[in-house]
Amino acid sequence: MAEIVLRRGEGAERQRSLVTPEGVDLSLKLADAGQRVSAFLIDLMAMLAMLIGMAILLFVLLLLLVRFGQPAIEAILIVALLGFFLLRNFYFILLEMGPRAATFGKRAVGLRVVARSGERLTADRVIVRNMVREIEFYLPVSFLLYNEAESGSDVALTLAGIVWTGLFLLFPLFNKDRMRVGDLLAGTWVISAPRRNLSIDMFQPAPAAPALAEPEPAAQFSDAQLDVYGVFELQTLEQVLREGRYDKVATVADAIRAKIGWEGGDDFAFLRAYYDAARARMERGLLFGKRRADKHDR
Amino acid sequence: MTARGDSRRFRAAREGEWRRLEDILNQAEKRSVRKLSDEDLLALPILYRGALSSLSVARETSLDHELVTYLESLCSRAYFFVYGVRTSASKRLGDFFKSDWPAAVRGLWRETLASLLLTFIGALTGYLLVLGDPSWFGSFVPEGLAGDRDFGASTERLRSTLYDSPGFLSTFATYLFTHNSQVSIFAFALGFAFGIPTVLLLLYNGLTLGAFIALFSSRGLGMELGGWLIIHGTTEIFAIVLAGAAGFRIGWSVVFPGDRTRLAAATEGGRAAALVMGGVIVMLLTAGLLEGFGRQLINSDGTRYAIGLTMLFLWCVYFYLPRRPANG
Repeated sequence: MAEIVLRRGEGAERQRSLVTPEGVDLSLKLADAGQRVSAFLIDLMAMLAMLIGMAILLFVLLLLLVRFGQPAIEAILIVALLGFFLLRNFYFILLEMGPRAATFGKRAVGLRVVARSGERLTADRVIVRNMVREIEFYLPVSFLLYNEAESGSDVALTLAGIVWTGLFLLFPLFNKDRMRVGDLLAGTWVISAPRRNLSIDMFQPAPAAPALAEPEPAAQFSDAQLDVYGVFELQTLEQVLREGRYDKVATVADAIRAKIGWEGGDDFAFLRAYYDAARARMERGLLFGKRRADKHDR
Repeated sequence: MTARGDSRRFRAAREGEWRRLEDILNQAEKRSVRKLSDEDLLALPILYRGALSSLSVARETSLDHELVTYLESLCSRAYFFVYGVRTSASKRLGDFFKSDWPAAVRGLWRETLASLLLTFIGALTGYLLVLGDPSWFGSFVPEGLAGDRDFGASTERLRSTLYDSPGFLSTFATYLFTHNSQVSIFAFALGFAFGIPTVLLLLYNGLTLGAFIALFSSRGLGMELGGWLIIHGTTEIFAIVLAGAAGFRIGWSVVFPGDRTRLAAATEGGRAAALVMGGVIVMLLTAGLLEGFGRQLINSDGTRYAIGLTMLFLWCVYFYLPRRPANG
């Protein structure tokens, strides 16, 4: 069960509580560095795609309109300059001001921007966090590119640019809330809030395989056998059952059989039966105020 | 066997409401709030509270991990929607120009004065240094900006740069606008480094200005350069001064947070400054238009001065004229 046990306490240090006015803690989960980076890369791709699309469109327009002379060319140049400016400065701002509070990249990864205080995300916050991006990313990058193109490579300047970018890029890793400098000034943070679907409850006889659930499970296990595990193990078991991968099911079934001294039976049916019985017992325990976090919790 | 049924019955009884809430949220997030039917809109807060209470119950009584994470995700989506922004974009924009922006600018008056003073000091220094020793000119004015306007150029050539228009008028205006916006965004964003880069940027901006004035006035073209600068300069320099002020606000709150934590102070300063910055972009757009079209099409010094001073007057009235507070 080693590979599954690794999930224990996953992201506990990224959990942040947000208590709604109704008094319920939503316990938000902060996005980790990997998610932030992938979202940003997707956004860069999206912007690049838009730039290329715009360039092609304008080029076609240019070919069509070139016979109208200077005014037409000028108009196209203006559209290009303004388009680039708007894309660079307002792609993030406009998308994050929308109801999803996320750019395309953030949506793809399942992130959204949230005010740290839990208030609504106002325009000024979105503007700050994205205008600071200008010095975090665009300034050193355009500086480096310009420097390369202009004077070959000046080692000291290039190094300074890399250090500068690195300082801002790594900033989120050095605070526990994974904030960019922009987040810090805007009072925002980025949470991971992927849409989740509700599939079937594992806690019922599987309709597809009624034959497997055939032994009346609760009667089969003794209380001592059901009390071996806690909530954490039960939910790990739930995940194994949902994934339904044969190798994992077999490993887990063997581990549990060895632990409770059980023998025989189809792996999957055994696990389903054990899950049902253990969950019924633990949920009854919950009603009486007994909650065992995991198997070490006595 | 009753316990076995309880958490399943709980889910079966509430699932319909959760699904409905999810559908409404999907619709609202994909399109707009206005597309929701009245019925859905009225049901939303009730469904939201229902889902919250389901979450509380599920956390205490159900061990279905998927159910709890599903409800957490659903509830936070609903929370951010229910307590999120509901005003339309046009209403928000209207409020911004009617009250928010001028109020934010008024709130930064100290920083604005400091920033103006720095620009002025820079200009004066640049002027005096270049007058004393023209070789300073090259160090204050980047080559790209100077073009062939330097101490080697003839007076006639200098005069012609003030009145002749470059070929691509409107493209030039657009270029100026995007360039200046980028510079002022830097002045703002760099403010968090204790405002030091902002000071340097403002001083440098002033130095360039002073150097130009020194060059042209040494040829007796001071009055004419004034007209060339003022037509857009009152708007543009005002905008850059405001951007600098916004940067100072952030720097100041980082260095002197008062009785708040440094983080809270930086956040508060940053938000006040951001409002100003949104408007600065608009000012720079105006300046770009004035520079690109106004200056190139109007060659009379008198008209140039009139337009420039009128713009300054209008901006000052707009920002600083006391007004009745909004109702409530």
